[in-house]
Amino acid sequence: MRKSGTIPVVTGELLDESAWLSLGELARICSLDAEYLLEMVEEGVLEPRGSEMRAWRFPPASISRVRVVVHLRRDLGVNLAGAALALDLLDEMDRLHARLRSLGYEE
Amino acid sequence: MEFKDYYEIMGVPRDATQDEIKRAYRKLARKYHPDVSKDPDAERRFKELGEAYEVLKDPEKRAAYDRLGSGWKGGQEFRPPPGWDTGFEFSGGGFTSGDASAFSDFFESLFGHRAGFQGAARHYGFRSRGEDHFARIEIDIEDAYQGGTRTVTLQAPETTPDGHVRLRQRSLKVKIPRGIGPGQQIRLKGQGGQGVNGPAGDLYLEVRFRPHPLYRVEGRDVCLDVPVTPTEAALGARITIPTPTGPVELKIPPGSSARGRLRLKGRGLPGNPAGDFYAVLRIALPPADSEAARAAYRRLAEAVPFNPRRHMGVER
Repeated sequence: MRKSGTIPVVTGELLDESAWLSLGELARICSLDAEYLLEMVEEGVLEPRGSEMRAWRFPPASISRVRVVVHLRRDLGVNLAGAALALDLLDEMDRLHARLRSLGYEE
Repeated sequence: MEFKDYYEIMGVPRDATQDEIKRAYRKLARKYHPDVSKDPDAERRFKELGEAYEVLKDPEKRAAYDRLGSGWKGGQEFRPPPGWDTGFEFSGGGFTSGDASAFSDFFESLFGHRAGFQGAARHYGFRSRGEDHFARIEIDIEDAYQGGTRTVTLQAPETTPDGHVRLRQRSLKVKIPRGIGPGQQIRLKGQGGQGVNGPAGDLYLEVRFRPHPLYRVEGRDVCLDVPVTPTEAALGARITIPTPTGPVELKIPPGSSARGRLRLKGRGLPGNPAGDFYAVLRIALPPADSEAARAAYRRLAEAVPFNPRRHMGVER
C-alpha cells in the first residue's frame, strides 16, 4: 500500500506508429471476441494493415474506434452499420471543427 | 444526500406514459452521449439520464419512486423515509445499459441494497486478469514539446469485501512522453482493474490537447496565426514570432498573401519524423485614425488602382 499524501509517478508506454496491435491484442484490450472485431473489419470500421488475418496489424487509434462503436451500440441501440456511419460523421465533424478553428471562426 | 428529480432530468411530466419516457430517453441519450456530444457537461448529463431512465422505465422502481411523493425538488436534502419501500419486491432484472457503479448515492439508498450491483454490465465471462481501463487526459502543447508530468484523477469501480461496487478515486502522476500527439494513447501497465488471482489490467490514457491561446495542433503540425501589416506582406520583412521552443526570426517574402502559410520544417511536434510549424499570415490594417494616416491611404489608392471585387463582375 502506498502512503497517503504521496502520489506515485508512473511512466507509461506511448502507443505510437511503432505499436500496432495484432487481432488478439486488440480483442484482449477491448474485452471483445475476435469475431466481433472481424465484423468491424468487414464493415470498414477497422482497417488493418496486412493481407491475411494472422498478419493483421491495427493502428492504436483502433482502440478508441472500437470503444465508441461498443458504446453507441450499447447506449443508443444502433446496429453496427449505424455505428460505422456515426463514426464516419464524427470524424468528418472533427475535421470541420478543426477547419473552423484554423479559419478563426471558433475557439 | 440530494434528492434527484428523475422526471425533471428526463423532461417528462409525472404522468408520462412508458412510451413517452422511452422516447424522451432515446432523444436525450443521442443528444448527450459522451462519444457524440461536444457539450463539456455531456458525460455528467448522460450518467444522470441513465440513472433516471433506470428507475422510470421499470414500473416497479417507478412506482416505488412515485411513492416518495411529488413534494420533493431536485437538489433538496433527502433521507429516505423509514419503511418507504415496504411492500415492493424489486426483481433486479432491470439493469441493462447503465453503468450502475456510477449511479448516485440517492439511487443507491433507494434501490442499491436490493437490486444490487452484482449484475455489472461490463463483465464478459470469467477472466482472471483484471480489466483494462480507459480515460482521457488533457495536456498542454508545451507538454508534448518538452515532456512533463500530469496528475490525473481517476474514478474506477471497485468491489468491496461485502460485495458492493463503489467508485474509488485515485490520483496518479503520469509522465507525458515528449512528442505525443492528439488522439495518441499511453499504456500504463498494471494500473487497470484488479485481477482475480491474476495480474491487474492496464490503463489506457487518450491524450487531448487543451486549447492554446496562440497555437493550434493539426495532426503533428502546429499552426500560429501571425498578423502582418499590408506593407510587410507586400514588400517582405523580417519579423520575430513565438514558437513553443522559443522565438524565431521569420522571413516574409515580398508579395505574400493573406492566409499564406510559411513552413518552418521540423518545428512541429517532436518525433521521428517531427511535424512542421506553420505561420499563417493575417493582414492587419493600420488604423486610419490621424490625418497623416488618412492622407497616406489616399495616396496609396491613387498610386495603385485596385478593385478587389473585379471577379464579381461589377464595375466599382
